Amino acid sequence: MNLRWDEFIITGDPLILGAQISIVLASIAIVGGLTYFKKWRWLWTEWITSVDHKRLGIMYILAALLMLFRGGVDALLMRTQLAAPNMELLNSQHYNEIFTTHGTIMIIFMAMPFLIGLINVVVPLQIGARDVAFPFLNNLSFWTFFVGAMLFNISFVIGGSPSAGWTSYMPLATNELSPGPGQNYYLLGLQIAGIGTLMTGINFIVTIFKMRTKGMTLFRMPMFTWTSLITMVIIVFAFPVLTVSLALMTFDRLFGTAFFTLHDGGMPMLWANLFWIWGHPEVYIVILPAFGIFSEIITTFARKTLFGYKAMIASVVLISVLSFLVWVHHFFTMGSGALVNSFFSITTMAIAIPTGVKIFNWLFTLYKGRIRFTVPMLWALAFIPNFVVGGVTGVMLAMAAADYQYHNTYFLVSHFHYVLIAGTVFACFAGLVFWYPKMFGHKLNERIGRWSFWIFVIGFNVCFFPQYFLGLDGMPRRVNTYLPEEGWFSLNALSTVGAFMMGIGFMIFAYNIYYSFRHSKRETSGDCWGTGRTLEWATSSAVPPFYNFAVLPEVKSIDAYWKTKEDGIETQQKKDYKKIHMPNNSALGFLMSVCLGIAGFGLVFHWYWIGLVGGILTLLCMTYRSFQEDDGYYVPVEKIQETEQKASAK
Amino acid sequence: MAHEVMNENEPLEYQSETGRLNILGFWIFLGAEIALFSTLFATYFVLINRTAGEIMPGELFELKLVLIMTFLLLTSSFTCGLAVHELRNRNTKATIAWLIVTVLLGMGFVGFEIYEFAHYAHEGATLSTSAFWSSFFVLLGTHGLHVSIGICWIIMIMIQIKRRGLTPKTSSKVFISSLYWHFLDVVWIFIFTGVYLLGMVK
Repeated sequence: MNLRWDEFIITGDPLILGAQISIVLASIAIVGGLTYFKKWRWLWTEWITSVDHKRLGIMYILAALLMLFRGGVDALLMRTQLAAPNMELLNSQHYNEIFTTHGTIMIIFMAMPFLIGLINVVVPLQIGARDVAFPFLNNLSFWTFFVGAMLFNISFVIGGSPSAGWTSYMPLATNELSPGPGQNYYLLGLQIAGIGTLMTGINFIVTIFKMRTKGMTLFRMPMFTWTSLITMVIIVFAFPVLTVSLALMTFDRLFGTAFFTLHDGGMPMLWANLFWIWGHPEVYIVILPAFGIFSEIITTFARKTLFGYKAMIASVVLISVLSFLVWVHHFFTMGSGALVNSFFSITTMAIAIPTGVKIFNWLFTLYKGRIRFTVPMLWALAFIPNFVVGGVTGVMLAMAAADYQYHNTYFLVSHFHYVLIAGTVFACFAGLVFWYPKMFGHKLNERIGRWSFWIFVIGFNVCFFPQYFLGLDGMPRRVNTYLPEEGWFSLNALSTVGAFMMGIGFMIFAYNIYYSFRHSKRETSGDCWGTGRTLEWATSSAVPPFYNFAVLPEVKSIDAYWKTKEDGIETQQKKDYKKIHMPNNSALGFLMSVCLGIAGFGLVFHWYWIGLVGGILTLLCMTYRSFQEDDGYYVPVEKIQETEQKASAK
Repeated sequence: MAHEVMNENEPLEYQSETGRLNILGFWIFLGAEIALFSTLFATYFVLINRTAGEIMPGELFELKLVLIMTFLLLTSSFTCGLAVHELRNRNTKATIAWLIVTVLLGMGFVGFEIYEFAHYAHEGATLSTSAFWSSFFVLLGTHGLHVSIGICWIIMIMIQIKRRGLTPKTSSKVFISSLYWHFLDVVWIFIFTGVYLLGMVK
């Protein structure tokens, strides 16, 4: 592809020019700040090369918050464009690009990394482990995700964004209908990030099966660990399908194969099937850990054991199986025939059964509980009714016959935002607030937290509830404007107001992080909320030291830490420390991911020699890793004593 | 990260905890590989009749060539098993010797596959000829790429055994690469029946 320089960088649009200027200014500020405060070495040794699961988790969450900001700005631009008929803020191409990046970023680069970040921080602590099974791989997973996300994001200013929707349906995403490099960014960004996700899946399955502390049987594991385990199983079986689908489309676009084309025997519907065979389980990859987070928060602040623990596990397993059997409901109207539609209609509705079981279990857990209305609990309580609204409309959509009426309207848009925001985003906020003291040693301010909660939740309903009615009024999704005669103005305007309220809620949330960093009281107790039930609250300090537990805890029942408090057992024996084996930090995961990113960037522009160089460098990194003799190191007993004393004296 | 607890009663590759974790992790990775190849097979079978009036598989497939490739790969799986057998006997030289035989057989397989692809391309069947040939080359190519990576990987492991001897660490690497190698054999059996035999019958 012969690109001229003025085509390489996107120019001529005032919105993008603004973004470019702010990117440059932010970069200068970051580089300048790090240099001024002499933090480069700290950044490199403490964070970039770190193999500590808690640090990696924090980096995942930070990246996810950044992506939430970008995806949120996309959303606000779209809502502004739709606020009134005949708006001219975004032209149709720009609108297409923005809803494509909004969808992709929110699912792949926001929801999943946010949850994986929380899983990284919490799961090893919950099962009483010192780290994950493969700490180096964990670092590599993070960096491949991050490089994939950055590769996807630079499409905004270099070469042009993808514009075929986050589903990238063929033949819309072919070279003919989506010319330019935009779609290649989608393919390679997701491919590189997907490698990291698969490795995370393997890593946590092995971690949860093999790294549990003494007495932590499978049926004593906390609910969040259970849902994480099942999520990782879904990842391992679903992500290879995405890998192949993306590779096949990459071949179609780069090397002229005919998998999904309209000529030479290709089959566009094959893409729709492959995409959703991965894409539907993906929905559960981002909702099951959220269920786990709500379970933890509800039991902690209702001060009761989870009602129907085993029924919860059974329902999660059942959901994971069903998640692979429903993909055709994404294209009921694309000519599958009555029998096929009926089958997928029934399997889709069947998912409501185990989900309903879970909802009732949460309600019964709350029943007669001594509820404390903390900020995480507020998010968890708001989740239940809002998620039910999303779920019930989902069952409406699951009826294939009725779906002919709703499909591709705002009814659908509202449905999946109700389940994904009320489910996943509420869970991300709830989980972050809940475990924040575990990560940073202080709580987020509760008063500011409540403000951001109420504004966000009310804004969410103001934004999306009207969209059900817009959908029933026939407003199609993916349109960039509409006419006054169509009568969609007032509900759209209302919806836009709600969207901006959500934006304000998020900004208050972000301000709370800054405010609490400056003013919040430092926590000295490990059990910061006072009603912790699981092992992550049993570590000796508010910020757990790098080895997590000086002495590995022993578990005798479900809700292990709650039980030890009830029995009045001292959780941390102060003596009898033994040396602890820990892994070394490594720069290789970062370097390998950067090489992959170079290869991906080359392929985006059909610059095969750059792709080749990046690929060879990646293989060299892998070879180096294979020959590396890195057996980690031992933390001596004196160091453990010193660390523990410092932690308890704070 | 795991403690290095040695357990003398276990086979060498299971003696360190890192070895045990790596082996379990690799089994799960093979689960993902099954999903990957299943998707490629599904694509192949969906597109099997979509030759767009171009050259048909039955016109090109040759039983003799495919049988030689099958023989080479299945034998290499057997010799790979012998290498692990010698690994259990702690016989460094014999382990390396059988691994060398395995790698040579694998190289023979890849060589024939390259010849085959070049031959097909010469006859007019390439990646972009039709949907059928796209899926054929990508399915076979993915398998062939896996075999090639396996060859490089086993060579690196041999160098490591040569340098460090049979330790729990190196032997778990041998064991894991043998799992990988056998897996590729199983995939080939599906390719042999599903792609070649079926293609010749049609």
